[in-house]
Amino acid sequence: MPDEITEKVLDLIASTKRLPREQVSVNSSFEELGLDSLDAINLIYEVETEFDVSVSNELANSITSVPVLVEKLKELLAESSSSPQGAPE
Amino acid sequence: MPHFPARVVITGMGVICSLGANVADTWSSLVQGKPGIAPIQLLDASKLRFQNAAEVRGFVPEQHFTPDKLDLLDRFAQFAVVAGRQAIADSGLNITPELAGKIAIVTGSCIGGQATSDAGFVGLYQKNINRVHPLTIPKTMANAGASHISMEFGITGPAYTISTACSSSNHAMGQAFWMVRSGQVQAAITGGSETPFSFGLLKAWEAMRVVSSDTCRPFSKDRKGLILGEGAAMLVIESMESAIARGAKIYGEIVGFGMSSDAGHITSPTFAGPAAAMRAALSDAQLVPEQIGYINAHGTGTAGNDQTETRAIREVFGSHAARLAVSSTKSMHGHALGAAGGLEAVATVMTLREGIIPPTANFTTPDPECDLDIVPNQSRPAAVEFALSNSFAFGGLNAVLAFRKSPLF
Repeated sequence: MPDEITEKVLDLIASTKRLPREQVSVNSSFEELGLDSLDAINLIYEVETEFDVSVSNELANSITSVPVLVEKLKELLAESSSSPQGAPE
Repeated sequence: MPHFPARVVITGMGVICSLGANVADTWSSLVQGKPGIAPIQLLDASKLRFQNAAEVRGFVPEQHFTPDKLDLLDRFAQFAVVAGRQAIADSGLNITPELAGKIAIVTGSCIGGQATSDAGFVGLYQKNINRVHPLTIPKTMANAGASHISMEFGITGPAYTISTACSSSNHAMGQAFWMVRSGQVQAAITGGSETPFSFGLLKAWEAMRVVSSDTCRPFSKDRKGLILGEGAAMLVIESMESAIARGAKIYGEIVGFGMSSDAGHITSPTFAGPAAAMRAALSDAQLVPEQIGYINAHGTGTAGNDQTETRAIREVFGSHAARLAVSSTKSMHGHALGAAGGLEAVATVMTLREGIIPPTANFTTPDPECDLDIVPNQSRPAAVEFALSNSFAFGGLNAVLAFRKSPLF
């Protein structure tokens, strides 16, 4: 079973790209999901808003699949929770 | 009697941008390969992912306009009028009542006076002030620059503004060129003006993830994106017969204009669309690719543009691409959006006139996907007779102008 963060990301992909939720797999590449570069920027914006994180341009450019997005998001959340300035929640 | 289609020449030029407040200073910076890119001063950039831009420095509006006039002018329209004044004065054109209706004004602007709207809406949305300044609309409209030039000089011919994102100026100048060539008007004031420096707009550009965090390095392997710029450039163009008859100096000639639409993606460029626009410009100018010696590239410094523009140039020019000089002056004056084509037209005309190709500044590392002669970092003496200036916009709208060295020098 995917964890809660992964589930939320899969939900966001499905809603952003208007895909049936069951079509979005934890191992999908953006290309397989039909996400172009603008879709990817939109998705990362939704993720930033949902999780209150900030994704740099360099990091955003490196995110081209669901597993990488989830992995990088978890790293950002870990950084923000270990930082005193991190967003509480 | 005039003969049509007329040959169309440039008899006046005006510029204000990060490189200078006139043609001479701007050209001097371009030849030196000296970028006008520096930390943003017009607003607090601390909450932005990028801190650098190509701003017009040292511009004091009160030195150019009376207070009552300034009330009516957003910064983008101020730039349009300042550049228009320079160009008209430079041309020596005497706008008599008889001539006034035979002059067109065609300008380009992508966003008009949105900074005025942005500032005005802060009160509405944030401070709960339930009214907006009555001049918000006339200051914001994208045609304000054209209208103020018309009013200041009493020009009563066709006047309008084209808004096609980053191709706005080239579309405007192309339309003006065709109007003069066909005899619809005797002369035209044409170019573009822009300023994107409001916090809301900069955040919107940040969200697009196409703005570089340091500088603009077109065609360089390590390019990180575009650098936003501002300013205006205006040309006075007229039929060659009219210019010769009044003894005007002639900077150069516009010989062709081509347009196309990608019909692809709203933000990702194709190579076929830009290639079609370059071919259309060559065809309109009755030129073959081998006659072109220089291309002022769209060259934004984004990963997508520079790679597809290279492919488009190779597609159109074939083996001649290896003998072409291609530079992006956006590396110095930044990407002034709807004014970009105007600034680049001035750069291209001066390249032909002076026999010096301005470089692509800030270049560090060759990119195999951008394997053109991009004149890295150092300007280069070169006698060029024909040149293209490319503009390709978000929305897949492409506009290319073809220029010729002045036939009289």
